[in-house]
Amino acid sequence: MSKLMKLNPGDNVYIVRVPLQANDSVEIDGKSYVIKQSLGFGHKIAATSLHPGDKIIKFGIPIGSATEHISAGEHVHLHNMKSDYLPTYTLNNEFVNK
Amino acid sequence: MNSSTNKKLYGYLRPDGRKGIRNIVLVAYLVECAHHVAREIAHSFRSREVQLIGFGGCYPNAYADKMMNALCTHPNVGAVLLVSLGCESFNRKRLYQTVKESGRPVQLLGIQEKGGTKKTITEGIEFVTAALDEIKRTPVVDLDVSDIVAGVVSGGSDATSGITANPAVGKAFDILVEKGGTAIFENIGEMIGLDDLISGRGTTPALRDELRKAMEKSARYYTIMGHGSFAPGNADGGLTTQEEKGMGAYYKGGTASITGMIKPADIPPRKGLYLMDIVPDGEPRFGFPNPNDSSEIAELIASGALCVLFTTGRGSVVGSAIAPIIKVCANPDTYARMEDDMDINAGKILTEGVSLDEMGNEIFNKIISVAGGSQTCSEELGHQEFVLGYKTFEPVGPSCLP
Repeated sequence: MSKLMKLNPGDNVYIVRVPLQANDSVEIDGKSYVIKQSLGFGHKIAATSLHPGDKIIKFGIPIGSATEHISAGEHVHLHNMKSDYLPTYTLNNEFVNK
Repeated sequence: MNSSTNKKLYGYLRPDGRKGIRNIVLVAYLVECAHHVAREIAHSFRSREVQLIGFGGCYPNAYADKMMNALCTHPNVGAVLLVSLGCESFNRKRLYQTVKESGRPVQLLGIQEKGGTKKTITEGIEFVTAALDEIKRTPVVDLDVSDIVAGVVSGGSDATSGITANPAVGKAFDILVEKGGTAIFENIGEMIGLDDLISGRGTTPALRDELRKAMEKSARYYTIMGHGSFAPGNADGGLTTQEEKGMGAYYKGGTASITGMIKPADIPPRKGLYLMDIVPDGEPRFGFPNPNDSSEIAELIASGALCVLFTTGRGSVVGSAIAPIIKVCANPDTYARMEDDMDINAGKILTEGVSLDEMGNEIFNKIISVAGGSQTCSEELGHQEFVLGYKTFEPVGPSCLP
């Protein structure tokens, strides 16, 4: 079973289908990438290189925008993307809305 | 399809023609000051079909009033004991009258009038004992799949929710609606940014317009509150934004056309798929539209849901008073850890390559078996969470129910 899956052909992120450990490698478009940290089911990995302001596309729709440069194979999460609507609250008591 | 769908189903016939899949005695407190007394009465029947709900506020509220009236006449409810302190604002006489006119055994006990805690508890226990006996005589009739009203809610979502449990419940809803039943989804507060997707599914131009207006209201409301329907655990589970969570949540509603839009405690007038608008009307006033999962569950039940599907990735354990909660676990790791609390392992879609259609069938069959009387995990574990707070709603217009 593939470690990653794309939910919609138009997506620019993959979904982790099998939990990954740090230093595991995944293949995207024939190229191998090493995962830096362990990632659970459903976390996102960039399918392509993304620039600040680029829309993150999942389920075929924009789910937010990149806040910094993201390379293919990199974890896409709150450290490098944000909502286009509402800030996201996390337990360190800060509204992440860079 | 497997045998559970061929099994003959029976329901408890209520005088309004609706049919219940459970037959319980409800103990309801009408202000927080009466909560302990009501709880003591209900706890005397811990392992019996007696459940506790209530409204804690002393100030009057039309929404809470409508919710309590709808819940006390829910098809799963056979008899009602109302416990009042005596000086609260809740219109206890009207609620008593509503239940009485519905043909159910009902009693109203005022703690001040009865002479305090002990006397009220004693009298309450007497009523419940007699009521349990009396509701055994409730007529039992055939229950058709088309009699089933199911709701769906999600809680403790993670990135697997939108991939496994939510779309699988959507498939089960598609089956239920196709068979003539009624399905209600209510995640309008979460579905920010999905205006076109939702509104496009209304059956008439006027309904599509109403759906769009409700979505815009929701976005505005949560923006003013400064906080989306998003908890820290959602982010730990791989979700990032309200849009991402909302899109996952969107799949719970399946693919059927939206027959109508209702608000909490409105009873769907026809069969089909309904969207419940849970976001209050007017200026934000009493707080968050969905302070927790249990408040959303109570609203689905008040609108007549006989059972509620609950999708969870991180792992929620809540059940509910009045209607059984069916847990559909999205995340296979969570399922392995919390199996006792989970009715369905939708994580099999990820680990075993089970298709969404197969999982949808499994969930639909579970609805049927629960309607047939089989206990859900949260029922077996005694979960009966209930929350009801303050809200303000305008009634839905005719365009919402074409």
